[in-house]
Amino acid sequence: MTATAEGKSAVGTARVRLEGLDKVTGAAKYAGEVDFDGLAYGHLVLSTVARGRVRAVHADPVLALPGVVGVWHHGNAPRVNTDFSGMLGPVDPLLGLFQNDRVPHAGWPVALVVAETSEQAREAADALAVDYDPEPHDVVFGADRPEAYTPPGQEDRSKGDIEAGLAASAVVVDREYSTPEEYHNSMEPHAATARWEGGRLEVVDSNQGTPMVAGDLAQLFSLDPESVRVRAEHVGGAFGNKGTRPHLVAAVMAATALQRPVRVTLTRRQMFSLVGYRPPTAQRVRLGADPDGRLRALDHEACSQTSTTIEYTELSATPARTLYDADAHRTAHRLLRLDVPSPTFMRAPGEAPGSFALESALDELAEKCGVDPIELRLRNEPEVGPLSGLPFSSRNLRACLEEGARRFGWADRDPRPGVRREGRWLLGTGMAAATFPSGAVPSTASATAEADGSFTVGVNASDVGTGARTAMALVAADALDTDPDNVKIRIADSDLGPAMIAGGSMGTRSWAWAVAEAARELRERLVPGAEVPPEGITARTDTGAAIGALAQKERYSFAAQFAEVAVDPASGEVRVRRMLGAFAAGRIVNPLTARSQLLGGMVWGLSMALHEEAARDRASGAVVGGDLAGYHVAANADVPDMEAFWVDDPDPDDPVGIKGIGEIGIVGAAAAIGNAVWHATGVRHRHLPIRPDRVLAAGREAPGA
Amino acid sequence: MSPATSSTITLTVNGEKHTLAVDHRTTLLDALRERLGLTGSKKGCDQGQCGACTVLVDGRRTVSCLQLAVGAEGREVTTIEGVADGDRLHPVQQAFLDLDGYQCGYCTPGQICSAVAVIEEHAAGWPSVATGDVRPEAGAPELTAEEIRERMSGNLCRCGAYVSIVQAVARAADARTPGTEAEGATA
Amino acid sequence: MKEFDYRRADGVSGALALHGAAPEARFLGGGTNLVDLMKTGIERPSLLVDIRELPLDGIEATGDGGLRIGATATNSDTAAHPEVRRRYPALAQALLAGASGQLRNMATVGGNLLQRTRCGYFSDATGPCNKRVPGSGCPAIEGEHHNHAILGASAHCVATHPSDMAVALAAFDAVVAYETADGPDEMPLADLYPPVGDTPHVETALPAGALITSVTLPPAPVAAASRYRKVRERASFAFAIGSVAAALEVRDGTVHDVRLAFGAVAPRPWRAQTAEKALAGGPATAEAFAAAADAELAAAEPLPDNEYKVPLMRDLAVSVLTELAEEAGA
Repeated sequence: MTATAEGKSAVGTARVRLEGLDKVTGAAKYAGEVDFDGLAYGHLVLSTVARGRVRAVHADPVLALPGVVGVWHHGNAPRVNTDFSGMLGPVDPLLGLFQNDRVPHAGWPVALVVAETSEQAREAADALAVDYDPEPHDVVFGADRPEAYTPPGQEDRSKGDIEAGLAASAVVVDREYSTPEEYHNSMEPHAATARWEGGRLEVVDSNQGTPMVAGDLAQLFSLDPESVRVRAEHVGGAFGNKGTRPHLVAAVMAATALQRPVRVTLTRRQMFSLVGYRPPTAQRVRLGADPDGRLRALDHEACSQTSTTIEYTELSATPARTLYDADAHRTAHRLLRLDVPSPTFMRAPGEAPGSFALESALDELAEKCGVDPIELRLRNEPEVGPLSGLPFSSRNLRACLEEGARRFGWADRDPRPGVRREGRWLLGTGMAAATFPSGAVPSTASATAEADGSFTVGVNASDVGTGARTAMALVAADALDTDPDNVKIRIADSDLGPAMIAGGSMGTRSWAWAVAEAARELRERLVPGAEVPPEGITARTDTGAAIGALAQKERYSFAAQFAEVAVDPASGEVRVRRMLGAFAAGRIVNPLTARSQLLGGMVWGLSMALHEEAARDRASGAVVGGDLAGYHVAANADVPDMEAFWVDDPDPDDPVGIKGIGEIGIVGAAAAIGNAVWHATGVRHRHLPIRPDRVLAAGREAPGA
Repeated sequence: MSPATSSTITLTVNGEKHTLAVDHRTTLLDALRERLGLTGSKKGCDQGQCGACTVLVDGRRTVSCLQLAVGAEGREVTTIEGVADGDRLHPVQQAFLDLDGYQCGYCTPGQICSAVAVIEEHAAGWPSVATGDVRPEAGAPELTAEEIRERMSGNLCRCGAYVSIVQAVARAADARTPGTEAEGATA
Repeated sequence: MKEFDYRRADGVSGALALHGAAPEARFLGGGTNLVDLMKTGIERPSLLVDIRELPLDGIEATGDGGLRIGATATNSDTAAHPEVRRRYPALAQALLAGASGQLRNMATVGGNLLQRTRCGYFSDATGPCNKRVPGSGCPAIEGEHHNHAILGASAHCVATHPSDMAVALAAFDAVVAYETADGPDEMPLADLYPPVGDTPHVETALPAGALITSVTLPPAPVAAASRYRKVRERASFAFAIGSVAAALEVRDGTVHDVRLAFGAVAPRPWRAQTAEKALAGGPATAEAFAAAADAELAAAEPLPDNEYKVPLMRDLAVSVLTELAEEAGA
């Protein structure tokens, strides 16, 4: 079925994943599963103090243990270059493995033990005695700390006079919200196998972008970039935590020293200090409005935590820059440096925690004004970017709100809180608006016409579960005017050339752009009827110029999230009964996998609302219960039937019309649930997660408190 | 007898016998992955907290990360690689494929092995915590979505594919007719 | 994990002999807790004596109308057993509320009783814990303790016992049978877990080297109308933050027999005897249930972050007893 011949494009048609059969039969090989002859196993040893210096590493007794082939630490590690910037900015000093004796946080890598078997490596790593000179540490986060500062490059953005705007407002909401430390916890722990083969460093890794990782490794080990090859055929989830991580550096360090293949896999517990997390946030939102809910003043200030080694800011105040206008408008970020592991991007960085605060505050404003929460948002729909004044490429939030309300049955809602009861459960519904940036990053791709009439497309995508391979096949099929089955897709190999990582909701859009361009160029070069030579005909493209020429516009996806919850005020249990997500997120490439991705984002929002929180112990400076029993992510029983749908919203300036859907699914979801909990009980929850103990504690306060 | 820290054992996996010397510390999961090349069973937590390593042992779902390999001698192990009937996918596999019951795929083999057993456990009349009245007089519970959610909760999916997973298990359970299952629980 | 020897036991006496001959031997049942603790170095046995194949997995009615459950019966088989479901439905529910389907298929009844606490400080081998390293301190008291004990704890340890099953067994006066080299013996479940005091590392009153062989439930007609309710921080596959096992028999509006036990609030399954005494012979009303629960919880000594457990347990007890009373009257 040639798509265009039937007037039907491949893009927009549901298609089972190309690697689906491999995934359901167990044939798909992930990073820790590719077999190499003579493989040795490495295990990292992490610091047990939260700050100080390594005084001594007693390697000799461990080297005498059965199977142990090497121990590396700051006393014997080869030099690693950390003086460079990678794709995402200055290199994380955490990658400078064993370069000095400093310990900046609990769980910092202090040694690597390599042995013949994984059992031997782990036992030897556990047996390795490390002496420390501990120093006092400070891990206590809170917005009230005077050391909080404005991070360079993240200065306040504002217009108008906030205080005057608030003073002139008939209705004011002034509330503080917080979100805790949250961990990505991709199901597949980080794993890398490194070996030297024919003068090249070959690494099989689990990451969000092989060009980024290969580039970093070349810099770290001062290698010719051409001599580094990184592959990541299948990636067992990422969500922001699979960039260049210390296990990679450890594997390369040992493989180079031993001149044999070495695999280093992180344990689940090690993932609680080595691969980043979403920092806790403390936020204050002040809204001033007329009695009808029209905003006069909007002020959102968000403080988050970072480490002493990098400066990462959770940009939680950003959604207000897109969602709502007010004559007085201020968004601000503050940062607190603590002796903690480095935070990083985690699914909808900024927007996820920020939308919880902002959209909860909007709900409080709706309550105070006596205006329906959807109507409140419709009354505050801006025509242009509230701060930039630029036009939106497309803004279909109104359609999401209206069509979502219709499908959810919002019109039947009694706005009064605490009035619906079913047995021991109080029922309530809530909603939130959402937004996430849409962007494209210059990428390369190749398209080859093969002699047998088929096509091969190479693009350095990383399929972290998004269905990138399949999406690229659909995009290529349309651009080549052929059937998706006639296109072979190659991804996740640094030899394919530079491309955007799977991140920022920009992967599919960036890769698809390059694929569409390469395919178009190839078609221009193909002479109808002419024979294709045995080596095929290949066109390559780089989208740098085209993306650079994009007009300045406000480019965002939008969504409306709806939730119904049941709350047992006696036990504090909260159950989500149904959720609906309405999305305006560009052209949808593969409805089958897009639905999964959007629903997955909503599940993340549910998990964030009710479950996720890592408790950092003041005394030890480490996370308590850093595993999947101590850190809860939503289980199957937590997740009700959910629906995600989308309205027509192609980006007019994208060759395929894509905006990106990786993150918009989580944005606003936690606020919708929190607002529903208020509607059920009359009690506001401004601190996530809404755990039973917090429901019970809040229930003893006056409703509406 | 003097203490030994390893043993030579015979493991029966997917109907095939494998004789190998194992360190007593080696879990069934590591024996499958590192020694037998059966990497379909995944290591998500190595602590029994995620279910990614789920296999069937004597027909019953088991987290292979907490099962010592040496303790599995003499038992019949079925992994994701042995669930299908030759080239014909198990109905659970087919339903996961068709309904997109996964994203990254890492928890998928464990989900599928677990679902195969869930359907058998339900057919054997086992109640769950979602079953209101567990007394035998109340009769066997229907395999509702709520029952599936509870019974599948030992398999975490961080991508959040639960909605499709529940639909896939329900579809496969509907397709089940007695005597056609490749793997029967002993339940 | 330290290297260790592994033997499959051939009979109970063989198991005891193997265990007695090694300095740091452990019996291996389902391994769902022990193997995990070995991986983190918290358990470091020199020998595992695998008892899974011992003929101790039977579940049978006793002559007097009770039930004997073999120590190696899996949690799944016990929960699915018709007589367990008929005579002690709260026990089946408690088992089904525990862990996951996979873990219940592996875990044994004997092992379930002897599982260790899931306190996050106990589970982290690198830090202090009086249970793990006597005298090293209890960081939970000043640290993360929102799911720790409010009853029966001490200044040395505030960890809870994690079992759901044991809560129901406690409510039904279970008796634990065991065997040592000196022969068979038994003790009430109520005596299995000694007071914490300043010895939180002493977790059972079993003699050294004893092997639990079975758990016997005496006949209890009241148990036929029983229920287990568990509250946890996600809807499934999580340890309790509070649970109640209750059974109630009402005759002519008054409480003829009542059983009540609490889980996740103490270092042991907590039989609420004070509440039971307060209810016996009195009215089966919500007010009476609340007064009885309050009487039980008067002894609670919560920490700052687990004060919520006091009202939680009170309301849970009232809720479950009220349901049972309503069903009895229906």
